[in-house]
Amino acid sequence: MRHLLRKLGFYVVALWAALTVNFAIPRMMPGDPVEIMLSKMGQKGPVTAETRRAIEALLGADSSRPLWSQYADYLTGLARGDLGVSLVFFPAPVTSIIGQTLPWTIGLIGLATVISFVTGVGLGTLAGWKRGSWTDNLIPVTTMFQSVPYFWLALILLFVFGSIWPVFPLNGGYDVYGVTPGWNGPFLGSVLYYGTLPALTIIISSIGGWMLGMRNMMVSTLSEDYMLTAEAKGLRPGRIMRRYAARNAILPSISGFAISLGFVVAGSIVTEAVFSYPGIGSALLQAVGGNDYALMQGIFLIITLSVLGANLLVDLLYSVIDPRTRTTS
Amino acid sequence: MTGKLTAGLAIAVPIVLFGLLGPLLVQDPSRVDDIGLSAPGAGHLLGTTQTGQDVFAQLAYSTRGSLIVGAVVGVLTLLLSGFFGIVGAYAGGWLDETFSLVINVMLVIPGLPVVIVISAYMPDRSLLLVSVVLAITSWAGSARVLRGSTLSLRSRDYVLASRVAGEKRWRILLVEILPNLVPLLASQVVFAVIFAILGEAGLSYLGLGASGTFTWGTMLYYAQNGLALRLGAWWWFVPPGLLLALFGAALALINFSIDEIINPRLRSQTRAARRGWRMSREQLRKAKEATL
Repeated sequence: MRHLLRKLGFYVVALWAALTVNFAIPRMMPGDPVEIMLSKMGQKGPVTAETRRAIEALLGADSSRPLWSQYADYLTGLARGDLGVSLVFFPAPVTSIIGQTLPWTIGLIGLATVISFVTGVGLGTLAGWKRGSWTDNLIPVTTMFQSVPYFWLALILLFVFGSIWPVFPLNGGYDVYGVTPGWNGPFLGSVLYYGTLPALTIIISSIGGWMLGMRNMMVSTLSEDYMLTAEAKGLRPGRIMRRYAARNAILPSISGFAISLGFVVAGSIVTEAVFSYPGIGSALLQAVGGNDYALMQGIFLIITLSVLGANLLVDLLYSVIDPRTRTTS
Repeated sequence: MTGKLTAGLAIAVPIVLFGLLGPLLVQDPSRVDDIGLSAPGAGHLLGTTQTGQDVFAQLAYSTRGSLIVGAVVGVLTLLLSGFFGIVGAYAGGWLDETFSLVINVMLVIPGLPVVIVISAYMPDRSLLLVSVVLAITSWAGSARVLRGSTLSLRSRDYVLASRVAGEKRWRILLVEILPNLVPLLASQVVFAVIFAILGEAGLSYLGLGASGTFTWGTMLYYAQNGLALRLGAWWWFVPPGLLLALFGAALALINFSIDEIINPRLRSQTRAARRGWRMSREQLRKAKEATL
């Protein structure tokens, strides 16, 4: 219980730090983001006093109000779920843009990461178990893919499978002309078809890390005394591999998985830029391109929140599968 | 000197030399000419861009730019992660608690979005600024690894012995503990350099990199914007990507060999060695005959 409270306490501190960074960045930077945004918004339509106040609370006005009261305003605004109005998609509120784009990102990047983790850990287990087998020889190849810059790999694959042999579509999240969004067969099929190539690029570029990490841990675990005992007892090799070796070797990979969830969101920005995928990364880039600071701050906040949430989940899971972390505080 | 280390150095050293000396030998990389998008030939070793700039000259300057980013981030990561990871874990108590909290918070705040947001507010970005921002958002992982090792080192017998012998605290840290962390520090720095160079390339590709300087990332960005892919101008987008990949692979190879020095278990084929102890059928029979 004490362990659980400590964990929760840490995430509260991390959440506070993220919110404060989000509050501080626009106020520390040179220039006046509020004026830039409001003047651009004025060109698109009438700006109400309420909108103005919301944006000032979010980005910091140059008024003489003390910082702590701006901070209080900012926090109460967030508590009400008010993230301001987007400039690029004026007059849609930021929250609705995030609501539209987030499912795409979680669906594509999240699934690809899980597939990559499961396959990588599985192959790594085999490679560590049978040193020098074909899976072991696969590792240098996959590690090479990992040191290739992701966007370059994605561009080349897009060039090969989109332009030279048009197997996959060049960009987008689904066939805009052929199907209507909703829970129907053609739409889901189209989403799968459009998502295959982006997902493949993510898996190819990230699987090497999981394989290598798992293999090295397997190698370390195999030289433990309890492995010798298990072999001496005459247990079946499959049982030794899964129950004795892999179960102990997977622990660092799982905590690595928590950290990689942060890179899921980070990687999504580049993936979505290459494939023009309608996710949250594309929205962030559009916001950056159009000086849409409200949308930018909102997306940054959501990204941080989802990373924190995912980390918390994995942390809780970790204390279930590895009882040692509960006892040592 | 393992095979991996040799291979890694054989790729990395020429690239570093190219980045150091190349810019002195080539023409001005920004000079435009009326021979846009010409294929590699006598006048231009790697052809030209769409405005007739020499790709080889740009590649030399880009290599230098990317290496500067890597070096700056490597040094900053060394300092930051060493300070927060080693000093905190060695001192213990509330300092360790605070430092490890800072490390963990930095670890869960996603790096690239922070970099993008900061870049978006800064219209003029120097290479140094981009490097510093990259370093600040990426040192935490190394610090956590170093902290773990320091924690296990500080309770070793020889450290306790030198404490009993009355050595000063800073001397224990610098003379007894730090030398044992050097291989780990080296591998963390190499990792940070790879991460920084790839991160900067990604950032530049999104159009948020340093303004007015050449790096491998900005070259790819301009190639992408100049439709090099669609026009089939492979000499424009392949060389920077290839150098990025080669340099990353070389550093990864160097890192593997450092890993094998730190962790001998990865080196020796432990399980295969154990297989070797088994007696063959013939040996068993002989042994049986001998005992009969």
